[in-house]
Amino acid sequence: MNTVIGAVVRHRLFWPIVALVGLIAINGVAQPRFLNISVRDGQMYGALITILRESAPLMLVALGMTIVIATRGIDLSVGAIMAVSGAVALTIIDNSPAPGSLGTVATAVVTAILVSLVLGVWNGFLVSVLGIQPIIATLVLMLAGRGVALLITGGFITTVTSAPYKWIATGYVLLLPVAFLIAMAAVAIVAVLERRTALGVLTEAVGINPEASRLAGVRSRGIVFGAYILSGVLAGVAGIIVAGNTMAADANAAGMFIELYAILAVVLGGTSLMGGKFSIAGTVVGVFVVQTLEITIIFLGIPPAQSPVFLAIAVIVVVLIQSPSVHRWARRVRDSWRSDTPAGEETKAEVAS
Amino acid sequence: MADEARPILELRGATVRFGADPALDRVDFRMFPGEVHSLMGENGAGKSTLIRAVTGALQMDEGVLTLQDAPVRFRNPHEAQAAGIATVYQEIDLLPNVSVAENIFLGREPRRWGLIDRKAMNARAKDVLGELGLDIDPASLLETHSLAIQQLVAIARAISTDVKVLVLDEPTSSLDLDEVGELFRVIRELKQRGVAILFVSHFLDQVYEICDRVTVLRDGRLVGEYMTNQLLRIDLVQKMLGREAGEVKARERVPSADAVEAAAFSARGITVRPGIVDADVDVAEGEVLGVAGLLGSGRTELARALTGIDRLEAGIIRIDQQDVHLSGPHKALSLGVVYSSENRRTEGLMGELSVLENITLGVQAQRGIFRRMRRARQRELAQSWVEALDVRPPDIDRPVKTLSGGNQQKVLLARLLALAPRLIVLDEPTRGIDVGAKVEIQNLVGELADNGLSVVFISAELEEVLRVGDRVAVLRDGRIVSTMRSTDLTVDSVLALVAQPDLLED
Amino acid sequence: MTTVDVVPEESTTWRRIAQGYQTFMSRHSSTMPTFAAMAILLLLFLGAEAFLRGDFITARNISALLLDNAYLLILAVGMTFVIVTAGIDLAVGSVMAFTGILLAKLVAGGTPAYIAVPVIILGGMAIGLLTGILVQYFDVQPFIASLAGLFLGRGLAYVVSLSSIKVEDPAILWLQSTRIRLGEWYITPTGIIALLVVIVGALVMQFTRFGRTVYAIGGNEQSARLMGLNIARTKVAVYVISGLCAALAGLVLTAYSGAGYPRNGIGTELDAIAAVVIGGTLLTGGRGYVLGSMVGVFVYGTINTIISFKGAEQSWTRIIVGLLLLLFIVVQRYIVGRTERRT
Repeated sequence: MNTVIGAVVRHRLFWPIVALVGLIAINGVAQPRFLNISVRDGQMYGALITILRESAPLMLVALGMTIVIATRGIDLSVGAIMAVSGAVALTIIDNSPAPGSLGTVATAVVTAILVSLVLGVWNGFLVSVLGIQPIIATLVLMLAGRGVALLITGGFITTVTSAPYKWIATGYVLLLPVAFLIAMAAVAIVAVLERRTALGVLTEAVGINPEASRLAGVRSRGIVFGAYILSGVLAGVAGIIVAGNTMAADANAAGMFIELYAILAVVLGGTSLMGGKFSIAGTVVGVFVVQTLEITIIFLGIPPAQSPVFLAIAVIVVVLIQSPSVHRWARRVRDSWRSDTPAGEETKAEVAS
Repeated sequence: MADEARPILELRGATVRFGADPALDRVDFRMFPGEVHSLMGENGAGKSTLIRAVTGALQMDEGVLTLQDAPVRFRNPHEAQAAGIATVYQEIDLLPNVSVAENIFLGREPRRWGLIDRKAMNARAKDVLGELGLDIDPASLLETHSLAIQQLVAIARAISTDVKVLVLDEPTSSLDLDEVGELFRVIRELKQRGVAILFVSHFLDQVYEICDRVTVLRDGRLVGEYMTNQLLRIDLVQKMLGREAGEVKARERVPSADAVEAAAFSARGITVRPGIVDADVDVAEGEVLGVAGLLGSGRTELARALTGIDRLEAGIIRIDQQDVHLSGPHKALSLGVVYSSENRRTEGLMGELSVLENITLGVQAQRGIFRRMRRARQRELAQSWVEALDVRPPDIDRPVKTLSGGNQQKVLLARLLALAPRLIVLDEPTRGIDVGAKVEIQNLVGELADNGLSVVFISAELEEVLRVGDRVAVLRDGRIVSTMRSTDLTVDSVLALVAQPDLLED
Repeated sequence: MTTVDVVPEESTTWRRIAQGYQTFMSRHSSTMPTFAAMAILLLLFLGAEAFLRGDFITARNISALLLDNAYLLILAVGMTFVIVTAGIDLAVGSVMAFTGILLAKLVAGGTPAYIAVPVIILGGMAIGLLTGILVQYFDVQPFIASLAGLFLGRGLAYVVSLSSIKVEDPAILWLQSTRIRLGEWYITPTGIIALLVVIVGALVMQFTRFGRTVYAIGGNEQSARLMGLNIARTKVAVYVISGLCAALAGLVLTAYSGAGYPRNGIGTELDAIAAVVIGGTLLTGGRGYVLGSMVGVFVYGTINTIISFKGAEQSWTRIIVGLLLLLFIVVQRYIVGRTERRT
């Protein structure tokens, strides 16, 4: 029995799930309404449902970010890609004679996704072919992308009215929000792609040791390229949803900071920023934790604009937990408790290599 | 010249242990002022450990270090520097992006009103450089100069302080003949000044040219200290590489005549500068080609060139008489040409991944993304190889980093063998492995050849190469000087080839 | 036998020029990117002059160029220190907003300027210290550590106030409203502050052991440590300096706009990074000049001015800057690749 408990506690997802449950519990105690779920007109309502729906964009972006981070990279341009995607979609609808038609909406969505794919190819090219550091390569698009989005919308916040499009972001199917279902579908597809094929293990190998992978015959370039394309496409879908929420394409605000939240969610979920083994389930939990944190802050009466302070604290805590120097220090403390071996013994083994 | 003088630096009973086996085992070492002393030994002999112990980069488990007859204990390299022991490393540990003068004086710059006095610094730098006979612009950036000059600047930094002992770690690896001459001139200057110099190099000619004294290490133990004018080259090499008691017979197995003609794998004119130049290699099916040579002779460069890891500057590779272009590891592996790196931890295995994951990686990479091996098949594959190679403990889910060196090597071999290769190049497969596992791997190589594989076996240990190889190619300074049947070679003859190229004719 | 050296006049002069060029290059090759930036700036000026029919290069416009971008200039100086150590500071925009609005709130509440200003400077330095400690003592990547700073700064800005606060304090307003004229040229105290920061920054980088240690860390941290330089203190200090500059930028921006605004500076850290890179500092560290970053800021500002002159969308500025940044990075990568292959 002991070992089962031990295994559960040591599981990668244990602490993130505990954090999530804990947050929900705090909310439930502070405001019992929080846990209420009601059903009206074939739609579920309630704070928990809101979390599910609002987490969709972050879920999509964090999903792509997970794979990119697994290759030891990072994608800072996802917010900008979201802005571009939303701008493209709404502008197409805006300029069409039949904004409410399914055809127009379909065209808009497909075009937006294609554009996002091209942006992902751009990133992939810079990183895997030109060999530019991922932070820098994606920084360029992060800067220029929003500008492009602004151009597409002509500098204004394009507002359109289109029922089918709006449904994507705010509609419900089978009691659940469509946006949430889209995000879950993406999670399922990527999970299958990574785990049912060999893509996952090869990606992890590339992240753990790029040179050894190359020597082992892994096609690292293609894998890294693909990661950025995936990230781009997912960011594009997220952008469509975000634009649909407000039916307005705000090139400046769409997806602002989302790359940072995404990185936080990925790290919370147990994937290391150094690359290698990644966990999609962990990212899913991480996204819910971040989203719930946001809601908790609102429920506690703190203005949402001030929530970054708590995220800062969260980032610091997570980072400290993952920090190797903290591990070393903790190990030394533990060793000196266990026996009387002085702390100096550790260092020699590390020097020898 | 050093007979009456007291040693300026002395190490007695130095012992350093990393884990079970000692890297240094009760080694004595001493240096005299105004003398150039060489430290010789193969990979793993303990040279770098000794240097690190002397220069404060490492704490000894046992042993006493005395400087000018006073016992000292350095907690870090900086303390050693302050005491007068300066080191110039092979990878120049200077700053490429600042000026020569700054590299010499940073940390001790002349200052005026709290700000660095550039003019004074440049002037002083010019003086120091002049002492070494160097006429370069002190305000120029370090990186604008050749490695040879950069090395001399590093030495200038060392002598601009009150240096008593100067350690030069492989100073000539990247220098051409003229530059080496310059360096030696500077060394002789320093000798005159009474500086004790530790010259670590694997180039025998140079050691004999510039050094007065030589200390030989082998397997962490002191073999002896000798004056260079009293020790024959061949004896020196013998002491470095060691001999087992009694004459070691080369392999009995003689490949059939036509096997050698119909070489399954052949390479001509392989060149990747500066490591390997114009090498010709033939390996038949079922043959083991041993590669012998000292450190720095081009063994690894040859291996990487033959297996598509490095791009060839010149040369042709043929498999079954067909020209092939090994554009990269993936292509080479698909053609059945595999490589086991000597850095098995950094270029071979992925420590955190399990034995299973490491073994199946090669096969999976070849199958591509969309043909994933089923779980059961993966386990079956890994399990069968673990049994075939007797990996201990036979737990395929353990992270590979928890295995001993010998078993790690077996896991790496399993990955390569799972690809059913035609040619396998093994670079130092028995390095850092205990004796028992060494023998297992050597026997394994024989079995592989018996099963029709072509094997290239590279090792620094000559008996091993002769025992395992059917033919042996001897490398020296980036070229193959001779390829002969191992039955026609003895350890002595290979030693001679390795030590002095013009001694042995076919 | 006598030999007469007949040396034609031209060849000695040419030889001396070639010699001089070679010496200059061997001493200052890392200024090449900065010269490229200056060339671009010159091109922009000339181009604008031509296309906007001779109305561009005026004393008034150039004076305005400095003052409109004073805040970015100060940020870029701090960012240069950080990037030369091969680090990065994403927090500067948020810290600028936080210190700006904190200043506005303090003086609106009656705190005299000579107390409020040091307080916000300490605040900026504190956040920088946090980042520096995370990077140096906890092995946190600078990107993530400064990310925490970014969140913290932005959140704290909103904690101070959810909306903008007007500044009525005469001391602060004086910084911007006073114009010191010299013919057609003019400058305000904020501009002087910015220029002073640039000058002090440049002097420190070139002539103090601290500044040279910054370069050393970027050049080869391992070697710098072996040389006995104090790596830990320097690495923490560059982030403190960046925080200090962010606070000064907050002061300058608040004076300039007459109000503190918590939404200030969103994305400004990227502008600062772009300006620094365009000005010739390598993101991989070890090379760069404060004066180069100043050129980079002017390039950014000029592009901005040209675009507003033409009445075009502001968004073009970010796009062009982004593309310029890319160009510089690709060229940097190419050059680095060449030198690596040489060794």
